[in-house]
Amino acid sequence: MIDVSAFINAVTFNAGYNTAIVAIGAVLLGWAGGTVGTFLLLRQRSLVSDALSHATLPGVGVAFLVMASLGGTGRFLPGLLLGAAISAMIGLACVEWLTRKTRLKSDAAIGAVLSSFFGLGVVLLTVIQSLGIGRQAGIGNFLLGSTSGMLRNEAITLAVLALCVALLVFLFRRPLTLVCFDEIFARTSGINIQRTDLLLMFLVMAVTVTGLRVVGLILVVALLIIPPVAARFWTDKTNVMIVVSGAIGAISGFIGTALSASVPNFPAGPVIVLVAAVLFVISLLFAPARGVFSGLYRSRTFSNKVHMRQGLLAILRGEAIYDRDTIKVLRAKKFIRGDGTPTRTGLDAAENAAREEALWSCYLRDNPDAAYRAARMRLDPIAERLTAGEISELEKQFSSPTTVVSGSTA
Amino acid sequence: MNIHQSGSAALSVRGLSVAYGDKPALSSVEASFQQGRMSAIVGPNGAGKSTMLKASMGIIGTISGDARFFGRSLEEVRSRIAYVPQRASVDWDFPATVIDVVLMGLYRRLGPLNLIGRTQRNFATQCLEEVDMAALANRQIGQLSGGQQQRVFIARALAQKADLLLLDEPFAGVDAATEKTIITLLKKLVNEGGTAIAVHHDLSTVTAYFDDVLILNVRRIANGPVSKAFTEATLAEAYGGRLAQADPTVRAVI
Amino acid sequence: MDEYYLGLVLVPTLIGVLAAVSCALLGNFLVLRKQSLMGDAVSHVVLPGIVVAFIATGSMAVAPMLLGAAVAALISALLIELVRNLGKVEPGAAMGVVFTALFALGVVLLEQSDTRNVHFDVEHALYGNLESLVWLDGTGLSALFDSQALADLPPQLGRLAMATVVVVLFVVFFWRQLVVSTFDPVFAQASGVPVRFIGATLISLVAVVAVTAFEAVGAIITIAMLICPAAAARLMTNRLVPQLLWSVLFAIVSAVVGFWAAGSGMELIGSGFSVSAAGMIAAVSGIILGLCACIGPQRMGALA
Repeated sequence: MIDVSAFINAVTFNAGYNTAIVAIGAVLLGWAGGTVGTFLLLRQRSLVSDALSHATLPGVGVAFLVMASLGGTGRFLPGLLLGAAISAMIGLACVEWLTRKTRLKSDAAIGAVLSSFFGLGVVLLTVIQSLGIGRQAGIGNFLLGSTSGMLRNEAITLAVLALCVALLVFLFRRPLTLVCFDEIFARTSGINIQRTDLLLMFLVMAVTVTGLRVVGLILVVALLIIPPVAARFWTDKTNVMIVVSGAIGAISGFIGTALSASVPNFPAGPVIVLVAAVLFVISLLFAPARGVFSGLYRSRTFSNKVHMRQGLLAILRGEAIYDRDTIKVLRAKKFIRGDGTPTRTGLDAAENAAREEALWSCYLRDNPDAAYRAARMRLDPIAERLTAGEISELEKQFSSPTTVVSGSTA
Repeated sequence: MNIHQSGSAALSVRGLSVAYGDKPALSSVEASFQQGRMSAIVGPNGAGKSTMLKASMGIIGTISGDARFFGRSLEEVRSRIAYVPQRASVDWDFPATVIDVVLMGLYRRLGPLNLIGRTQRNFATQCLEEVDMAALANRQIGQLSGGQQQRVFIARALAQKADLLLLDEPFAGVDAATEKTIITLLKKLVNEGGTAIAVHHDLSTVTAYFDDVLILNVRRIANGPVSKAFTEATLAEAYGGRLAQADPTVRAVI
Repeated sequence: MDEYYLGLVLVPTLIGVLAAVSCALLGNFLVLRKQSLMGDAVSHVVLPGIVVAFIATGSMAVAPMLLGAAVAALISALLIELVRNLGKVEPGAAMGVVFTALFALGVVLLEQSDTRNVHFDVEHALYGNLESLVWLDGTGLSALFDSQALADLPPQLGRLAMATVVVVLFVVFFWRQLVVSTFDPVFAQASGVPVRFIGATLISLVAVVAVTAFEAVGAIITIAMLICPAAAARLMTNRLVPQLLWSVLFAIVSAVVGFWAAGSGMELIGSGFSVSAAGMIAAVSGIILGLCACIGPQRMGALA
């Protein structure tokens, strides 16, 4: 199905001038989308972009009708994009107005604007269709995007736009980062939050409008949403996340356009989004920082430690153990036999666990602020967590008669 | 001693461990709350106070341990327990009136086909009178002050006719009058044989309000009558250096 | 009365009304749960479901398509939950990731398969063709009693009527559980209400309604009707039952006025063409919301 040599040509920018230009544009756009999207995610406004992109449709329709009635072809790309930008701004203003002036929450405002603007756009599309001037090639492409059959000057326009957007994002990355990372600090260091938010929305609009023709208005939000959510699994640090997200966006744009150029009937927009989605799934599952598998592994390990400790203490108190998970971890270590009675090693381990519990209790009496961290630390062998000096100090305290094991007031 | 054998405890938890992912919230907590008493759960922020109530009620999952109510499992006695969530946990812009919220306390006792009639409304109004809110019965809940919202929640719990009230931060962000109304009401319920367990953050009122206390900081620090368990030593163990900053009046009280 | 009025106007209008009402009823709870955009997400993933069903069966038969769409909608709801919980990302972003990815998959599958030969395209999926759901045998009131003519009614009418009945039954029978778990999920869970089950059933019904409505009128009406009437109704009243009634009224008005404006209304203003009824209905519902946002008696929140 995939033509390898065509793919290699596409990857090395040798698949024709248009394809190369589109690929460069998609990389820039992907990077800009990923970066701006990170700010959007951190400001918890990801889906505002969805309202914005759907709201472009009436603008495209009106621009087409206006240009056609002025005697043009109506297909003039910069004109259509200008119309898209204007109606996107109107849509955004409506979302803001609904959330500020009424009791509606942002999700309802976004959904309402998205659907009614899109409905209006569809009405205009059918007007254009029945006028017989707007063949599918004209503005149908704005729904799902398309790169095949794109005119050379259209490709250049888009690449230049993408470059401008990328430059703007690069220029303004510092104040945006600051506002997303620490609003209060940003405020005290003299950054106007409202203006920065407005700037963010402008950049979102710019990415959306630029991506419209390539990715289509339904999917262009993916450029803003998927890369940052994927990046989130790799790191907790804002500035790292911005870089990772931009990279994921750029890679998606690049591989997506290359695949689209080398496989028949592989529309660029959806393919770019699918590549991003694949990167997202990989991140979700395998990222070491917050991925599913590492998270499962950690919570499993922790849960086993809890059961081990509780099981051992129960052994020492001579209590019967009923919890299945506890029995499982104890058996795995051969601390109890099949009938639930403790083995010799089990008893030793239990005594050791009780000693460590007691030492930790002493430790916490001296360091109450460490309770939260200690809840995890105390499940590990104490020698791994405290220095030999600290331990011998604790042991001294423990053996002194004035010390009482905590919790005795019950 | 096995805590569960003191079967009369309104709530007893054993070996309760809860974690959010691999971040521990509660570590092997053992505690019991006697019937006919007012109990407080205190501890610093992030100590797992609300988590303990929620885990006992099965609202969040646990790693290990269990909770018994009146010596039985939660499912057997659920109708005897009323849970009052944190006021901030709901959206007060919900389209409902004060009495609508109180009537929610009756849903469990009404069959799906039983309609809400005059009897139920009268009963709900009585519950509102107990918290001095009957005059506002038809008010939209979004128009209430924080204290009034809390009283509505208490009225809903009263409507459940429960033997045990679990209250998550009932005095957080409420005015002094509300706090007094609620505490008087709870004391009355307890005198009539009921039991109340409240997550509490104001150390200065523990002695005045409560009979028993559980001091928590991820693990159990102390659990028992206020006079024995609520000491400078146990508090220092729970709060560490923060105690002095947290509340300078506490030392005077204890 | 025009002899074609019943078949050409009333029947498609009724289909639009049923789609609108069933969506609007459920939409009230989505809006109150701040899950409005679940409707948006679920409607988008209907496309891949249909395409997969087509590829699997090779036919455009309705049953497998509806099934495929319903399965896709449920899978997307599950995926959103999964991404939200596992990734600990905000619900909006989780939805955005899932529905764009699945929609992209649908488009690519569509392009790769031969569906285009059987006249199916994304535009149709988005805004349907309500105008074509006519009842040609419905040439007068007598047709209402003619079993042969009745058999010729668009099948979408029956399916949507059924979906509407299911929605009404669900709302009536689970009223208390729905209300409690929407207003105060923690309290609901503590009192033994199956909160997760109620939430899952609600989303499943949204999926069922989205799929049924989608087949008749396209995704755009579904999205608009799941959100706009309920949002507008919220601005009219502070009580839940009146809110539901308002939303139903707004849904009916949107469908009737929208359908009329798209056809007869266009003739009235002397333009020689008709426009998408689905688009017009969505636009009208947006205008209603705009009006309510300006003059609705309860448009302001208590704290605003």
